[in-house]
Amino acid sequence: MNFKKILPQLLTLVVVILVFGFFSYNAQVNMENRGITFGYGFLTQESSFDVQFSLIEYDGSHSYFRAYLVGLLNTILVSVIGIIFATIIGVVVGIARLSSNYLIERTAAIYVEFFRNIPLLLQIFFWYFAALRALPLPEKAEPMFGVFFLTIKGFFIPAFIWNNLDIFIYSVIAAIIAIFFVRAYAKKKQENQGTQTPVLLISIGLLIILPLLSFLLGGVDASIEIPVIEQLSKTSFTYKGGLKLPPELISLALALSLYTATFIAECVRAGVQGVSKGQKEAAASIGLTPNQVLKLVVMPQALRIIIPPTTNQYLNLTKNSSLAAAIAYPDLVLVFAGTALMQTGRAIEIVSITMLTYLTLSITISIFMNWYNKKIAIKEK
Amino acid sequence: MFKLVKRLTSFVAMFAVLFTFTTETMAAKKSKTLKNTQKKGFVRCGVSQGLPGFSNADAAGNWTGVDVDVCRAVAAAVLGDSSKVKFTPLSAKERFTALTSNEIDILSRNTTWTLSRDADIGLTFVGVNFYDGQGFMVRKNSGISSVNDFKAGVSACTNLGTTTELNMRDFFNSKGIKYEPVTFEKADEVVAAYDAGRCDTYTTDKSGLAAQRIKLSNPDDHMVLPETISKEPLGPVVRQGDSVWEDIVRWSLNTMIEAEEYGVTSANADMMKTSDNPAVKRLVGAEGELGAALGLDNEWSLRIIKQVGNYGESYKRNIADTGILPDRGPNELWTKGGILYVPPAR
Repeated sequence: MNFKKILPQLLTLVVVILVFGFFSYNAQVNMENRGITFGYGFLTQESSFDVQFSLIEYDGSHSYFRAYLVGLLNTILVSVIGIIFATIIGVVVGIARLSSNYLIERTAAIYVEFFRNIPLLLQIFFWYFAALRALPLPEKAEPMFGVFFLTIKGFFIPAFIWNNLDIFIYSVIAAIIAIFFVRAYAKKKQENQGTQTPVLLISIGLLIILPLLSFLLGGVDASIEIPVIEQLSKTSFTYKGGLKLPPELISLALALSLYTATFIAECVRAGVQGVSKGQKEAAASIGLTPNQVLKLVVMPQALRIIIPPTTNQYLNLTKNSSLAAAIAYPDLVLVFAGTALMQTGRAIEIVSITMLTYLTLSITISIFMNWYNKKIAIKEK
Repeated sequence: MFKLVKRLTSFVAMFAVLFTFTTETMAAKKSKTLKNTQKKGFVRCGVSQGLPGFSNADAAGNWTGVDVDVCRAVAAAVLGDSSKVKFTPLSAKERFTALTSNEIDILSRNTTWTLSRDADIGLTFVGVNFYDGQGFMVRKNSGISSVNDFKAGVSACTNLGTTTELNMRDFFNSKGIKYEPVTFEKADEVVAAYDAGRCDTYTTDKSGLAAQRIKLSNPDDHMVLPETISKEPLGPVVRQGDSVWEDIVRWSLNTMIEAEEYGVTSANADMMKTSDNPAVKRLVGAEGELGAALGLDNEWSLRIIKQVGNYGESYKRNIADTGILPDRGPNELWTKGGILYVPPAR
């Protein structure tokens, strides 16, 4: 009886193993015939190529592994920026689509239909080359607020030069932990005594006061470095000092968030529309304010509908960020599966590492979103 | 298990070899690529995605260029018709994988011959069909007239996955200049970004710079700096492990160069059969049995010269007459002050 149940699964397993075995054996034989060696030893070798934009210190004297980290961090950076902006735009547009104002509703609808129906790669090219054509050369850039310079060579912004940055970070972490405790306390108090505590005000206060204390007592010190124009030759200029965001990052983040926001907007609209009218009316009838209706009744229910499809969109955005290679943003695909692959010729090793990395990134996002989804799911009592 | 299978296969293969021995020459027998090519009826050739002078397709899809001519020469030698070539445009990133994974049989795509490429990743370079070096293009009005005028902060556009990326680093490091590398996968995007002003300089092989300059919106506003910062011997590549095929490609290229040396052209090749010079007679297949050594008939080299022309004709047609690089520089015959020198066909 049991054996009959197991047999099909056993057979499937055997077939899977055989198929994998067949392909890896073939690959091995083919590589041997062509004199290609296999191994991950190259990761510790000197990479000897540079990357234009990196979050960690890197140049060609570092290892291929460090180049991998540079690419990975850049992928994460553009994904995080993209996810944040896509969510903000998506929520705003999604709610705008439910507006009773005809103009707002139509504008939002046109935006959604327009941006989700054009291939992403085209949009990336459009924003990149449109930006390159539209942005001024460094010497002609009009400063924004006197210190920001948006130019064809990048967005130059003032940078903070920190003293004792670590103490400042600890103070922020301490503030966040304190806020958690305040929230837990406020919840308990409300359940026991029915009185409300102004949690938001206290949180903001904590976030300001603790870091401020670190400045006054902890010896933290920050000065601002403003970008200054520098002449490279008769006709070409750039900015020195401050922080530089390359135009590739800006246009990629812009394209990714505008594209993904359309899908998130539809998720949001579906979520809000999925909450029955009776719920809102019932909430209003027991005397909740419109704000409370949204916060306590509509959103918690809408989120259950919104979160799972939005998770998909976050995953899509992260994977789509690999289109970066087309416009020279040094992400994982460009740096590692591009330059590093070319320089070492280790196609199988590098592609497998890259695939595993994207898999890990996606699964991490997925686990986090599933956890959040569970947290807001209906808890049956 | 595998051993048994292997033994069985080799046993069967041995019989097969003995059986068909009489119908095919030794060389053809040994070369799987040659056999496949003859069976398919066309040469599978990997080229660039569009580099005028080297490999470039016109509106009708006809490929021209000196790299293209190498593949055409092989087709003329092996199949008797230089038009029987299937071209696959490849990015710098894809090219080696396409070759090692059997998508193409010759990679003739302005590829630099280096030790690690030759020895480490299953490739074999068969020769050099263009001696090049890396240079820089800048705007004329920038006042930069030499690589010594570059200053820290300079941004340089180039192609991803090339030796250019490595040379650029070596060069700027040796000068102690901090620079910003902006690397694109496709050459067209590099040109567009440089044209828009994203970069102060565009760096790649000098022949490439000369060819891509034509694509800029105002070619006359740009110039190539005189310095050459690296050696870039460009040549066709084949898969490692098929020495007969390797020889065919190598000697197809050598034939073109040697034909120029002896003054054999597409126009006079037939007449050269009665030449007094035995070297010339060997070259056009009127003497000796050179074709058989490669598993080909004896007219293979004659067909190359007649259908594709000698190296000088190819250079003139593709690079000089198109205004890319009128001066042959190092790509002149050794007898005329250049460095083109090939082993004798005998």
